[in-house]
Amino acid sequence: MSEVKHLQTPLSEEVIAGLKTGDRVLLSGVVYTARDAAHKRLVTLIKEGKNLPFDIEGQIIYYVGPAPAPPGRPIGAAGPTTSSRMDPYAPILLAHGLKGMIGKGKRSREVIEAIKRFKGIYFIAPGGAGALLALCVRQAEVIAYPELGAEAVYKLVVKDLPLFVGNDIYGNDIYEIGKKEFQIASCP
Amino acid sequence: MREIKVEELTHTVKRLCQEACVYLNEDVEAALERAYILEKSPIGREVIKQLLKNRDVAKETGLPICQDTGITIVFLKVGQDVHFVGGNVEEAINEGVRRGYEEGYLRKSVCHPLTRENTKDNTPAIIHYEIVPGNEVEVIVMPKGAGSENKCTATVLTPAEGLEGIERFLCKTVEEAAVNTCSPLIVGVGIGGTIDKAALLAKKAILRPLGEWHKDNKLAALEMKWLEMLNKLGYGPLGLGGRVTCLDVHIEIFPCHIASLPVAVNVQCHAHRVKKAVL
Repeated sequence: MSEVKHLQTPLSEEVIAGLKTGDRVLLSGVVYTARDAAHKRLVTLIKEGKNLPFDIEGQIIYYVGPAPAPPGRPIGAAGPTTSSRMDPYAPILLAHGLKGMIGKGKRSREVIEAIKRFKGIYFIAPGGAGALLALCVRQAEVIAYPELGAEAVYKLVVKDLPLFVGNDIYGNDIYEIGKKEFQIASCP
Repeated sequence: MREIKVEELTHTVKRLCQEACVYLNEDVEAALERAYILEKSPIGREVIKQLLKNRDVAKETGLPICQDTGITIVFLKVGQDVHFVGGNVEEAINEGVRRGYEEGYLRKSVCHPLTRENTKDNTPAIIHYEIVPGNEVEVIVMPKGAGSENKCTATVLTPAEGLEGIERFLCKTVEEAAVNTCSPLIVGVGIGGTIDKAALLAKKAILRPLGEWHKDNKLAALEMKWLEMLNKLGYGPLGLGGRVTCLDVHIEIFPCHIASLPVAVNVQCHAHRVKKAVL
């Protein structure tokens, strides 16, 4: 396993080009949250040629629906949700300038191709580690769709969010590589 | 006849919702610690390390283990000599869920299936009632996240497909689940009954403490065989590659019609949240 890479958002093309599938990353800076309902709205706006509630150029979207913030904390538990539900929307967002995505789980062929083509990056956060990840969130502010509750778009400021690179610009997929290395037998 | 106030149910359900979402049970902790030793993949080990750290952070801060605090599943075993007084049992349970989620800062994730409008208080709970001998009431609360529940399966095989058919169905389900759910997984296999019975058996199977094999030796041997089979697939923690794809496989069976073989597989993530109380 590689040494941990400390990254600061926004990510430059050079930094992204230096990331390889399987790399361990500690990410700091601004990320935006969005999941199912918000993605549907963002992509509808793009298709209608309208402005988005935030500029996605060069930004990172974290697929998360956090738990409510208890008193004295910026956010409740905040682990990743399953990325594949965002697969139908991700390529169009990447085509419109989105650079990175954080979630959990394997991406579709289309998304992996779009990551390659638009030089993006897909990070995997430890699924089911919502308390640990919440401690990395220093600030949280709802910037769009408050009526969606946990599905609203938040602007988060994170410090040392622990991630793995899932898909890089070279077309590598951690889910294929990892399985190949440790598989002993196939299904009957 | 023993009288129990439904208000007690409300208080108990509220408490169990909050405890389940924050504190892992000892059997799950032990299974994760064992997984850390067994796992060969460095990334897999790193993931397990993060999960154990997450458990500690949840304990220290009171933050939920996972932000998906689930749809609330309640298993109620009611002694036949119990008489509930002071209100409606179902409403009392839902009131417990409502208070538990609101006061515990838990995420409300329940919505209308078609309009997708959130009910805003995580009700209604999914309640399974069972009447048993005695004058006690057992309450089990299991908040179940969608990441794992979305990958559960059920089918009706032909008797000719038999054990091999079940094995193939189980393996295919885990293959589909391993790269999207929060593995290492706990897998419940319900065999027999009818399609609905098999689904419930599969869910009840995951309630059995981890590390505890089926009391029937033949079924226990099958559980060991299937756990070994699934851990040879190479998916590992979070599907990133490794040896520990599953923490445990639990089977429950029930007689079925001579012409059918219902099978259900319930997939549970490592954030296996279950709390029990007896009234």
